[in-house]
Amino acid sequence: MSVPKDAGWKDVPKAGRILEPGSAAKYETGGWRTYRPVHIPENCINCLFCWIYCPDQAILVEDGKFKGIDYAYCKGCGICATECPGKRGNKALKMVLDEEA
Amino acid sequence: MSIRVGKTGNEAVAEAMRQINPDVVAAYPITPQTEIVQIFSSFVANGKVDTEFVTVESEHSAMSATVGAASAGARSMTATSANGLAFMWEIVYIAAGMRLPIVMPVVNRALSGPLNIHCDHSDTMGARDSGWIQLFSENAQEAYDNAVQAPRIAENPDVKLPVMVTMDGFIISHAMEVMEILEDEKVREFIGKYVPENPLLDVDNPVTLGPVDLQDWNFEHKRQQAEAMRNAKPVILDVASEYAKLTGRKYGLFEEYKLDDADIAIVVLGSTAGTAKVAVDQLRAKGVRAGMLKIRVFRPFPAEEIADALKHVKAVAVMDRSDSFNAVGGPVFVDVRSALYDVDNGPKIVNYIYGIGGRDVTPDHVKTAYADLAKIAETGQVENPLTYLGIRE
Repeated sequence: MSVPKDAGWKDVPKAGRILEPGSAAKYETGGWRTYRPVHIPENCINCLFCWIYCPDQAILVEDGKFKGIDYAYCKGCGICATECPGKRGNKALKMVLDEEA
Repeated sequence: MSIRVGKTGNEAVAEAMRQINPDVVAAYPITPQTEIVQIFSSFVANGKVDTEFVTVESEHSAMSATVGAASAGARSMTATSANGLAFMWEIVYIAAGMRLPIVMPVVNRALSGPLNIHCDHSDTMGARDSGWIQLFSENAQEAYDNAVQAPRIAENPDVKLPVMVTMDGFIISHAMEVMEILEDEKVREFIGKYVPENPLLDVDNPVTLGPVDLQDWNFEHKRQQAEAMRNAKPVILDVASEYAKLTGRKYGLFEEYKLDDADIAIVVLGSTAGTAKVAVDQLRAKGVRAGMLKIRVFRPFPAEEIADALKHVKAVAVMDRSDSFNAVGGPVFVDVRSALYDVDNGPKIVNYIYGIGGRDVTPDHVKTAYADLAKIAETGQVENPLTYLGIRE
């Protein structure tokens, strides 16, 4: 169900009902996040481990290269930052408190 | 034309269920409700209704199956008492939270323990904050009338909440009285064809009901539920006024009995209202300006209306047929006293807990409450804010 950002309690279907099938893609899970991954380009070797491991397809890739992070869906699980080998031991993804990023 | 019959409360409610002809009834027997579903099951067996009757292994399953059927899009009912209602607890809240317009007669009986099968209101009072609308009945006629009106209230688009129709165990459920029922077609016309909202069986419009609902939206859905309960008040009155045109029997949120000019009054629910009317008449014959307010709709609680009806009275006694065990007073007392808080120079208010576990209450018991009220009205002093009426000291 696509709910406008400024929707209030009068605007949403009652009792949490989901009235549109296949609507999970429209549910932006980014709101669950406490920490967000931040990309450090100089440490990135484009191995795309982050893209492979991300459970929410929140790593954006273009022409076989890391392009960015879709924060609308990134739940902040931190798997990408854990798996990132980085360059010479310096990670290309680090987790930062969402409000400090 | 109405049909005059002799029926017990259980027979009257089973009759209402036959006339409502629900799509699904899932129920489990428990004293003193057993007869309702027993009689109804004979209607099913004899082809008098089109209902799918689901025999379940417990009340938890009864309410679960009823919620499932209602989610599928069926007009669904069940019935229970006391520990049966307690066993349903988890799903009772889910029915309300999922906004399913289920109707459930509840025959009031004491909750165990100690084990007791007789009337008090501890069962439905325990469920007073479960999100269900609660209609109390003074006699079999009112139980029937409330049961016929209940689907219209529950299914109203602005409400969509489940409704409990209560009656006092044995006192109403097993006592036969002369009453009037409607013709089948009048009831069917009154309740109308059921149009479910977002039914699961509408496969062309697939929906998900009851999904996980976390910090992001749960609060908003609960706010909707609170609003639905507020919306129920005018809807209950509209349905009652339409029902009055059909039957001549008028229902409101509560009934006032000789309250207009009363100096002292009691607030009561259920069959004791009939007993209290006798006491009021006897006191009036002696020149005592006694009155009574009988609550029919306990949820939503008609706070402003009750405050308005009682504001001129000098002393009020709230009669509770259950205890909250909060070391303060009964649940009806707490709500009524809260409703009167904003009334300037409002009445003195005291609480009587009575009739627990089926303890008999007579007009003389009620008159002792009125005698206490007369003294409070005269002196302005409350000696006993809470009295256990009819207890052996």
